[in-house]
Amino acid sequence: MRCNMRIPSGCAISGLMSESGGRIDGSVVIKSIALMHDRSNGLGGGFAAYGIYPRRSDQYAFHMIFDDAPSKERFEEYLKEHFIIDKDEIIPTRPGGDITNPPLLWRYFLDIEEKKMEFVSDREYVVEKVMEINSKIDGAFVSSSGKNMGAFKGVGYPEDIGNFFKLDEYKGYIWTSHGRFPTNTPGWWGGAHPFSLLDWSIVHNGEISSYGINKRYLEMFGYNLALRTDTEVVAYLFDLLVRRHKLPLELAVKALSAPFWKNIDRMDPQTREVMEAIRMVYGGGLLNGPFSIILGHNRGMVGLNDRIKLRPMTCARKDDMLYMASEESAIREIQPDLDRVWSPKAGEAVIGNLNGEVE
Amino acid sequence: MAVELSPVSQIPAEFRVKVDHDRCRRCKRCVLNCSFSAIEFKDKVTPDHRKCVACHRCATFCPESAITIEENPMAYKDNANWTARIRQNTLKQAETGGIILTGMGNPKPYPIIWDHLVIDACQVTNPSIDPLREPMELRTYLGSKPNYLEFENDENGKIKLKTQLAPQIKLDIPVIFAAMSYGAVSHNVHKSLAIAANKMGTLMNTGEGGLHEDLYPYSGRIIVQVASGRFGVHNQYLANSAAVEIKIGQGAKPGIGGHLPGEKVGQEISKTRMIPVGTDALSPAPHHDIYSIEDLSQLIYAIKEATDYKKPVSVKIAAVHNVAAIASGIVRAGADIVTIDGFRGGTGATPAIIRDNVGIPIELALAAVDQRLRDEGIRNQASLICAGSIREAADVAKAIALGADACVIGTAALVSLGCRVCQKCYTGNCAWGIATQRPELTRRLNPDVGSQRLCNLLTAWGHELQEVLGSLGVNSIESLRGSRERLRGVGLDKETLDILGVKPAGVGM
Ligand code: SF4
Ligand code: SF4
Repeated sequence: MRCNMRIPSGCAISGLMSESGGRIDGSVVIKSIALMHDRSNGLGGGFAAYGIYPRRSDQYAFHMIFDDAPSKERFEEYLKEHFIIDKDEIIPTRPGGDITNPPLLWRYFLDIEEKKMEFVSDREYVVEKVMEINSKIDGAFVSSSGKNMGAFKGVGYPEDIGNFFKLDEYKGYIWTSHGRFPTNTPGWWGGAHPFSLLDWSIVHNGEISSYGINKRYLEMFGYNLALRTDTEVVAYLFDLLVRRHKLPLELAVKALSAPFWKNIDRMDPQTREVMEAIRMVYGGGLLNGPFSIILGHNRGMVGLNDRIKLRPMTCARKDDMLYMASEESAIREIQPDLDRVWSPKAGEAVIGNLNGEVE
Repeated sequence: MAVELSPVSQIPAEFRVKVDHDRCRRCKRCVLNCSFSAIEFKDKVTPDHRKCVACHRCATFCPESAITIEENPMAYKDNANWTARIRQNTLKQAETGGIILTGMGNPKPYPIIWDHLVIDACQVTNPSIDPLREPMELRTYLGSKPNYLEFENDENGKIKLKTQLAPQIKLDIPVIFAAMSYGAVSHNVHKSLAIAANKMGTLMNTGEGGLHEDLYPYSGRIIVQVASGRFGVHNQYLANSAAVEIKIGQGAKPGIGGHLPGEKVGQEISKTRMIPVGTDALSPAPHHDIYSIEDLSQLIYAIKEATDYKKPVSVKIAAVHNVAAIASGIVRAGADIVTIDGFRGGTGATPAIIRDNVGIPIELALAAVDQRLRDEGIRNQASLICAGSIREAADVAKAIALGADACVIGTAALVSLGCRVCQKCYTGNCAWGIATQRPELTRRLNPDVGSQRLCNLLTAWGHELQEVLGSLGVNSIESLRGSRERLRGVGLDKETLDILGVKPAGVGM
């Protein structure tokens, strides 16, 4: 019998956040991303979770991916020189599923010696070290480096990766997730989403056609782009614009997904001056091409589309919960009863903020 | 003792003008049109082949299409070493004892790197964008930009810009008209350029010959030049400009000054340049108050003072092998814009030996400068303009991908006005009324028609650039600027690819 086959393509993202800081276990986000199974192809899946290490919330949690034992040794030698290792352990996994051939997965809880931060802030220090590790230590890759958060990712379908990492046993106030359909970069554990640096994490549906100039722009500020994928630039751009250049998040998203000149020309003079300056100065950071992304950070979650909305994104709210996903069905799957559902306009960011403290 | 040479020149004609006498109806239009006196009328139209420069004026205006111009096929016995050009030049020098002068750009067959670069396109995963349906932005701002911006809230809690930006010039299309002086080109050329720049939201450049008062109404779209001769430089001149450019060098003649022969210095030029009628206008190679980067910095700031810090100051240099370091110095000396001119750039008059053998290709110079400024973290501090034989919109796209903010066109603009690149500009006999001051010739170019031709050219290039952006799946020129990842090299050696920062075709991301 002939049937009309749908050709699945295009990556899936899903994110949820409790703005009041309530913590939810990882099975919810797994259920959401699993619904979009056909948008992935088994070459990558991953999650970012915030609030998962409440008892060590002051320490930098490094999630590491190692090719083999010697690379782990090389890394640890390096680590001892630059950090105080308070605790390190294997990242717990649930064997027996569909995930085969995982690399060595380890996590480290780190403090930094006072005197190392004489001339740089602790966050700047961590960024420098992450760049160094990813580019110089063969076989070692930092998958996340923030506080009280972590990225869990690998080669496989996202629901299998979530199950593999036992995410149902973690509780977080923000969860983002990604199912990957890679086309221009190889499927490897480090290449899965989220991409993260410090507490910034990005899941991304689409492609960054402006990757070439975004990369060269970031290199000018000392970022080292070694990961063979376009999504990396998004995480670093947020780090540069918001952490280092201190742009308010609302303006940083305008730099990355800028309004068209014809719209800027119609703005009131004060806003126009702001937007003109942003486009003039941050042109190298403009993200061009099809994308919808979810950014996670310690104080919130941001959803952002490209300037002409070439990739899907639906948002929804229910009480203190904010949801974003490639498809509405992925939200309905975990919360059928919603207060509000909407598709944000092209280039218009949806920003979720943590109101109080985390539970 | 001077030796009398035979009155018969040994130099064979370069071209042959053929007249189809069956078609010719003896209207003599060709005779009137030939400013090089290559066509006479003796019972019938009779060409003097030796005088023909292949400017095409006669053939273009012959109502019967009775004229064809060919290269002289019998001229020289074939020899790959002693080329016709070399033998011809030897004969010329044997007869004149002088430097061989020439006009327009370098004709030697050096590899044209633009033609070995191809532009990437989108397929499937990053869809292309259709410029007919979606906005495609070419707007560009020239001027120094800070590395980051600061904001504050006003009394109503609304965000406002705290950083004060350096002066910027808005371009609606990143293609601007090259510096061509009044004197080298005719008043009508200047007027055509000014009107077109104004209409298209771009810039024209006075070159080093001052600014005729007729053009003051277009001052918002004019770059005025301060060259070593300082011709026509006064307060009002600086005031009537969008930007001021200090000319250090020019691609067609690096290390060489300018010379406008006295015959060309008529009443109007004398007034505009502020020199007596009939005197030679010599602009020496060096500015005699600039012998170091510190001196250049002083002049940059003197100009900024004189213009109240309201106009960007640009510095133009020729592409030479050390251009990256020089450009870095220029940016640190306070320039808001650096213009780099490659060795294929055009010129009104220069020794052929300089034009054809001195300097380096713009593609390499541009790539090296952009990378150097980035390595030093000062790329934002100045805009980078690329000049020197930008022939078509594809060259513009490739230059921008290599790192230019905007491109300059000189020869292309003149060709759109009628120039046939006959390279006889230095004679002052330009048949198209471009590189001449002879009134009966300058009349041949109507500024309204000329400006429309220039506008048409830029409009066409604008559409083509938008098509390129669309095929790359981006809708703003800043996503192409410096995006070398979207270029690939075909048939370039590894060293060249390294300097360009471009991968060979066939290599993925
Ligand atoms: S312009 Fe043409 S038709 Fe007229 S005289 Fe010359 S060759 Fe003959
Ligand atoms: S400007 Fe005139 S003289 Fe110079 S090359 Fe062009 S057509 Fe010939």
